[in-house]
Amino acid sequence: MSASPAYSEEKGGSSSLGEPEYGHDPASGGIFSSDYKRHDDLKEMLDSNKDSLKLEAMKRIVAMIARGKNASDLFPAVVKNVACKNIEVKKLVYVYLVRYAEEQQDLALLSISTFQRGLKDPNQLIRASALRVLSSIRVPIIVPIMMLAIKEAASDMSPYVRKTAAHAIPKLYSLDSDQKDQLIEVIEKLLADKTTLVAGSVVMAFEEVCPERIDLIHKNYRKLCNLLIDVEEWGQVVIINMLTRYARTQFLSPNQNESLLEENPEKAFYGSDEEDSKDDKPDAASLVKRKPYVMDPDHRLLLRNTKPLLQSRNAAVVMAVAQLYFHLAPKAEVGVIAKALVRLLRSHSEVQWVVLQNVATMSIKRRGMFEPYLKSFYIRSTDPTQIKILKLEVLTNLANETNISTILREFQTYIRSMDKDFVAATIQAIGRCATNIGKVRDTCLNGLVQLLSNRDELVVAESVVVIKKLLQMQPSQHSEIIKHMAKLTDNIQVPMARASILWLIGEYCEHVPKIAPDVLRKMAKSFTSEEDIVKLQVINLAAKLYLTNSKQSKLLTQYVLNLAKYDQNYDIRDRARFIRQLIVPTEKSGALNKYAKKLFLAQKPAPILESSFKDRDHFQLGSLSHLLNAKAVGYQELPDWPDEAPDPSVRNVEEETAFLIESHIGLLGELREVPEWTKCTSREKRKEKVEKPFYSDSEGESGPTESADSEPESVSESESESGSSSSESGSDSGSRGEESGDQSEEEKKKKKKGKEGPRKACLESAGSDPSEEEEEQGKKGKKKKPQHEGKGGSETSWEEGSISESSSSESDSGSEAEESQSEPESKRRTTPPSSKPAPKASRKGTKEISLLDLDDFTPAPPQPASSPAIVSTSLVTDLEGLTLTDASLTPTMLSPVFSTVKTYELLHRMAGEGLSVEYYFNRQPFPPDPHMVAVQIQFSNNTESEVKNLRVSEPKLVSGMRIQEFQEIESLAPGDTANVIMGIDFCDSTQAANFQLCTHSRQFYVSIQPPVGELMAPVFMSENEFKKEQGKLTGMSEITEKLTLPDKCQSDHTIVQRVTAAANVSRVPCGADNEYRFAAKTVTSGSLVLITLEWKEGARAHLTVNSEKMVIGTMLVQDVSQALAQ
Amino acid sequence: MRKSKDRLRNESPNQNPRGVTDPGASGPDQSLPRPFAGAGGGCSAEGGAAKARGASGTWCEPDRPGRIKLLQNRVLLGRQSVSSTCTPLGSTMIHSLFLINSSGDIFLEKHWKSVVSRSVCDYFFEAQERATEAENVPPVIPTPHHYLLNVYRHKIFFVAVIQTEVPPLFVIEFLHRVVDTFQDYFGVCSEVVIKDNVVVVYEVLEEMLDNGFPLATESNILKELIKPPTILRTVVNTITGSTNVGDQLPTGQLSVVPWRRTGVKYTNNEAYFDVIEEIDAIIDKSGSTITAEIQGVIDACVKLTGMPDLTLSFMNPRLLDDVSFHPCVRFKRWESERILSFIPPDGNFRLLSYHVSAQNLVAIPVYVKHNISFRDSSSLGRFEITVGPKQTMGKTVEGVMVTSQMPKGVLNMSLTPSQGMHTFDPVTKLLSWDVGKINPQKLPSLKGTMSLQAGTSKPDENPTINLQFKIQQLAISGLKVNRLDMYGEKYKPFKGIKYMTKAGKFQVRT
Repeated sequence: MSASPAYSEEKGGSSSLGEPEYGHDPASGGIFSSDYKRHDDLKEMLDSNKDSLKLEAMKRIVAMIARGKNASDLFPAVVKNVACKNIEVKKLVYVYLVRYAEEQQDLALLSISTFQRGLKDPNQLIRASALRVLSSIRVPIIVPIMMLAIKEAASDMSPYVRKTAAHAIPKLYSLDSDQKDQLIEVIEKLLADKTTLVAGSVVMAFEEVCPERIDLIHKNYRKLCNLLIDVEEWGQVVIINMLTRYARTQFLSPNQNESLLEENPEKAFYGSDEEDSKDDKPDAASLVKRKPYVMDPDHRLLLRNTKPLLQSRNAAVVMAVAQLYFHLAPKAEVGVIAKALVRLLRSHSEVQWVVLQNVATMSIKRRGMFEPYLKSFYIRSTDPTQIKILKLEVLTNLANETNISTILREFQTYIRSMDKDFVAATIQAIGRCATNIGKVRDTCLNGLVQLLSNRDELVVAESVVVIKKLLQMQPSQHSEIIKHMAKLTDNIQVPMARASILWLIGEYCEHVPKIAPDVLRKMAKSFTSEEDIVKLQVINLAAKLYLTNSKQSKLLTQYVLNLAKYDQNYDIRDRARFIRQLIVPTEKSGALNKYAKKLFLAQKPAPILESSFKDRDHFQLGSLSHLLNAKAVGYQELPDWPDEAPDPSVRNVEEETAFLIESHIGLLGELREVPEWTKCTSREKRKEKVEKPFYSDSEGESGPTESADSEPESVSESESESGSSSSESGSDSGSRGEESGDQSEEEKKKKKKGKEGPRKACLESAGSDPSEEEEEQGKKGKKKKPQHEGKGGSETSWEEGSISESSSSESDSGSEAEESQSEPESKRRTTPPSSKPAPKASRKGTKEISLLDLDDFTPAPPQPASSPAIVSTSLVTDLEGLTLTDASLTPTMLSPVFSTVKTYELLHRMAGEGLSVEYYFNRQPFPPDPHMVAVQIQFSNNTESEVKNLRVSEPKLVSGMRIQEFQEIESLAPGDTANVIMGIDFCDSTQAANFQLCTHSRQFYVSIQPPVGELMAPVFMSENEFKKEQGKLTGMSEITEKLTLPDKCQSDHTIVQRVTAAANVSRVPCGADNEYRFAAKTVTSGSLVLITLEWKEGARAHLTVNSEKMVIGTMLVQDVSQALAQ
Repeated sequence: MRKSKDRLRNESPNQNPRGVTDPGASGPDQSLPRPFAGAGGGCSAEGGAAKARGASGTWCEPDRPGRIKLLQNRVLLGRQSVSSTCTPLGSTMIHSLFLINSSGDIFLEKHWKSVVSRSVCDYFFEAQERATEAENVPPVIPTPHHYLLNVYRHKIFFVAVIQTEVPPLFVIEFLHRVVDTFQDYFGVCSEVVIKDNVVVVYEVLEEMLDNGFPLATESNILKELIKPPTILRTVVNTITGSTNVGDQLPTGQLSVVPWRRTGVKYTNNEAYFDVIEEIDAIIDKSGSTITAEIQGVIDACVKLTGMPDLTLSFMNPRLLDDVSFHPCVRFKRWESERILSFIPPDGNFRLLSYHVSAQNLVAIPVYVKHNISFRDSSSLGRFEITVGPKQTMGKTVEGVMVTSQMPKGVLNMSLTPSQGMHTFDPVTKLLSWDVGKINPQKLPSLKGTMSLQAGTSKPDENPTINLQFKIQQLAISGLKVNRLDMYGEKYKPFKGIKYMTKAGKFQVRT
């Protein structure tokens, strides 16, 4: 036999192996009955001029390939058509080519030029497909061509082509590994790619070509973490697995101190519990107390960014995240994966099988994690046996003193199952429970003993075996059970069980000295009718008894041995002869006789009943090797944690990226708080209704003139809430908090130092660890909450607030520090109404000396002190301006930038027949589209009836402008107000966006015209960057104006405050005393807008605006100088 | 003609020697195109053993002219020098795919790298024999040089061949995705359909994987590349002789929403959402619930023009304990607002699956009264079951179906149902009773006797009863969709939502 039959089978389908298949398949049979003739006419068809004939031929050829038939002799005829114009033919030719090129290398070369032409095609998809086919042709001669093509494609404009290049890398590598160095260069280049399309494929190439070059990842680590959620699902799996390995080499073990403590299942249990309640804050804090370990922020970043992927529909992604958490997360946090894994158990049985294996391994290490899901592992009679057995394994691993009774009850039903393999496994599981949990050992034993009377041989045998093992563990206490089993010999007919019992009695005959000889007597009586296996054990028993108790059993033994001597089975005859020689001393066999006792009654070690999944976790979970419990080809060991962390600064990239990452932390960090907010919403709403009349009154007062005056009355309370909640949310990122406590105390003191040094204070606070700030802010945020509730403003849209805020806190540490400054301010603002309770008044005292003297920089607010709601809203605007500007700052550079927000009227209540609508620019990024300006719109219904179906319709927009409408408001009760956010892309122009505002009965034409200052978003810059950028924007792009600053506008605060009020910019730190710099980017096109204000002697000042957009620059100069001149 | 035949004949002897070389020598040879396949230590012994199984057992490599062999050897040497400095090769994904029907015929094979001989499937057949039942075939079968990962669906085994370490779920999930894609293309996925559409199947597979790594798995993109066959198109194709390969290029792969094809147009714009909940429960002998969970899905059929951006909100989103999303759902929006915001794929897709935990009390809509007893003395047993509605929120329970696997000792059953049809298969011992609708006034019941095999003692186990049912217009968890809004497009779509509760794995122990 050789490979040749198989080969000829491929050719002609005549081998015995192939035959039945062809018989079943009439179509192929038709083709292959006259195989070679067919090929001839296929060739003819391929040579014809008609595309339809070629196509028909190619379809038949592809069908042949699909069935595994050899069509290689058609190669010359097919390859000619590679340049065919018909795309359908072409595709099929490609399929053929990729399949057979390896076998017909010379001919395959004919096609190469076609692909080379394709690589230059202006259409990216054609370039990509050419590269794809070219790289799939496994012909070593074209390696240089492939290399060149890959290099070129790696710097292609189109990300899709770059993706294809990444795919081609492993193909080339498997063809010629000499190219490794060059390929690594390409990989390095592609790793730096910022598109999600490429990320997955290039990491895949990295894993295949140079997994050991971990250093290539450093610079891209943070980017990969941040892109991860948007990468396609298969790429996610590869990236997560790679990052798991990376993290193991770069970070310290988060459990390093815990490993000193004894592994305590109880503790793990609590840990997971805390996770379940979605509140790991206190837990994290307590961990910190115990040990000085501080998690690398990058490590945290990875954990945080992978967590949402547990919600993926793709089981492989979920598993990848689960293994990442298992291998990398602090013990207390691993619990989050349990729920997702349990969810996978609903999937296809193959998925279940893999997941259960992994769960089994995990449940040994971290039992507490899965304990809440115990019932999800209960077994159904319809489960396939292999699933049942795995579930049983998990149940056994999860058993502990508290749940053992439930589990045993469940096991009891399993024992009655019809699936006998499963019953046997259940019995073993019971045995394991009995050994692990002393409390139930006797119960289990009794139960097992009862099973001995089962009719099924397998069950009995298994029970006996398990009982045997259990008895061996505690040989002193079990004489009762042995006695019981001895009695069973009368009833039990299953030979295996009888044999096992006899072995037990023989082994422990010293514990049952009276019964043993009696059993032997009975067995001797029935010896001739026993099964062979039993006879052997009878002989064994006789021998052992003879050695221990020869007086009583000598005759019996001899009788048995004599019976055996004439048995039909030669095994038994042999055994009898052998034993007789061994135990009965004769002159000849003296030498061995001495050792007979040692031979027969040697101490037999108790078998260990433990999970087969123990210690499997040294394989990376979720891997093939783990599944097989053997190293698979190409498996890469999961490295052990390093003792000392390698330099974390290798991952630092330019600041831009770093700040992006920070923002991401913030984003994810907030998520967990959400449920709380939503919970609040309903309550808040109710309150708001009670106080409604008051609020709407004030609304009525603020007429069109006033609102034009930029007073922030109608700003929704929700904004302030969002501000505070953002700070709160920041706190949960702080697993390292705690130590921050006293530090932030200090911080408070600093703030109290007074007005003269506000900037100093905040710079200092910024210098401290960001997490401390977060922690502190978290507490403050929480404290603040009730206060707001009491006021009962119009917190209608918590949810909206939370979106806008979630995206706004770009660099949370920055915003936190800033937040802490606004804090006193906000408290102060809330207090003016004298009706406030006493404790608050005392707080007011401390706030009086806070660094933010509001009177100074609120530009003459017509303080409507009569209404607390309004006061607080004005503070809200301040606060909210803060969060925004802060958003762009990094911890190292902070400057107090404040702004007030102007409210504009969209629809006066007279014109709107009682419905008044106001809007303002909340300066939050608009999450659905970053190119849009967020406009917060507030509706108040001053009519007596309900206004229904408030929505936007028929926007009439200048070309390029876009509107993201708000969600339709279904109804607005009389006296009620509602807030919504809509996004408008103004295209960096100050042209108005016109649209209709519709209610159920009316339509109003309205328009929103943005002041130029709202068309931008603040950006962070260092002084140097600012100067550099400014240098680029000179000449036409620079507009300067001289102005005189009025007296009241000569303090730092006021200037900064007024500029930021006029435009949505952020302060850029500046060395010179009399210079102020601000930077922003326009929202739509992202072009820079730089503002410089130079304060000359006296009141004179120079205002310079640098911007590519000259119109914006000019208008901005006007607006800013107006604001300053007020 | 004759010539070519001769050439073929001549070729095979040339290749034979490579096939019959002794295991030791052929070891490195075999691993030529993928030199690390044999690098893992333990392989050689295994390889030898496998050789002994039969010549076709492990011969996995395509034959090639000796000239190439030299080249390959050079490559091999190069690779070995590399291997001494670095760890073995990383993950190589799916190498080949074999489709095997229940009678053990390989009816389709596709290779994404070099060809792996179909004889590798012998290992699979062996495992299949051992397992006795199809569902018990282990999903991962190691062989000396390969690993076979398989899934079993629609009576077809999809066997993927891999050579190196790869997350097994990655492959299994992918295989399931392949099946889903076929189902999406052809309506059903069966051997006959695959054979009939073998060219389309092949093209689809070609696009789904590139070098064994998933490339385009979204059915929307695939359909842009390769049009699914329709009756009309089949007719047109036979007349004009065209295939189903799309003539435009796959722009979808380039877009930011890779799951949606571009340029979608409908005259009727409709969006339908089905909230389907399944109750998984185990009820014990006395009728009390041992465990009950609700698994829900929201399946959508969205046929909307252009690029609509939808938001779906729930009245009570907090009910959902654990969710998993289609990739189109914006995760952050869900986390912060509990609103599903997404640009939908075109056509049918599963938007969301969710889980309502066992901690919440699950209403069990039906109960089963049963009295199944075997008597020791006689060879007759009593069998009696009644099904009734319990907590149905006033809705009718329909499509009730009772199945039960009777113990082996049961020879036959003579039963009379008060309604519906019942069958008992004396070979498989499967009793099934198609009840239909439950009328609360007249509860359906099935009574009668079982005849047991004479001479054997009574079976010690009672059968479990599996229940299926359906309740229209009810989501048993109480989940309610609040509203569906569309942004980004101007027209008014037709929106529809349907609720249904079904039995999932619903078992009553007796």
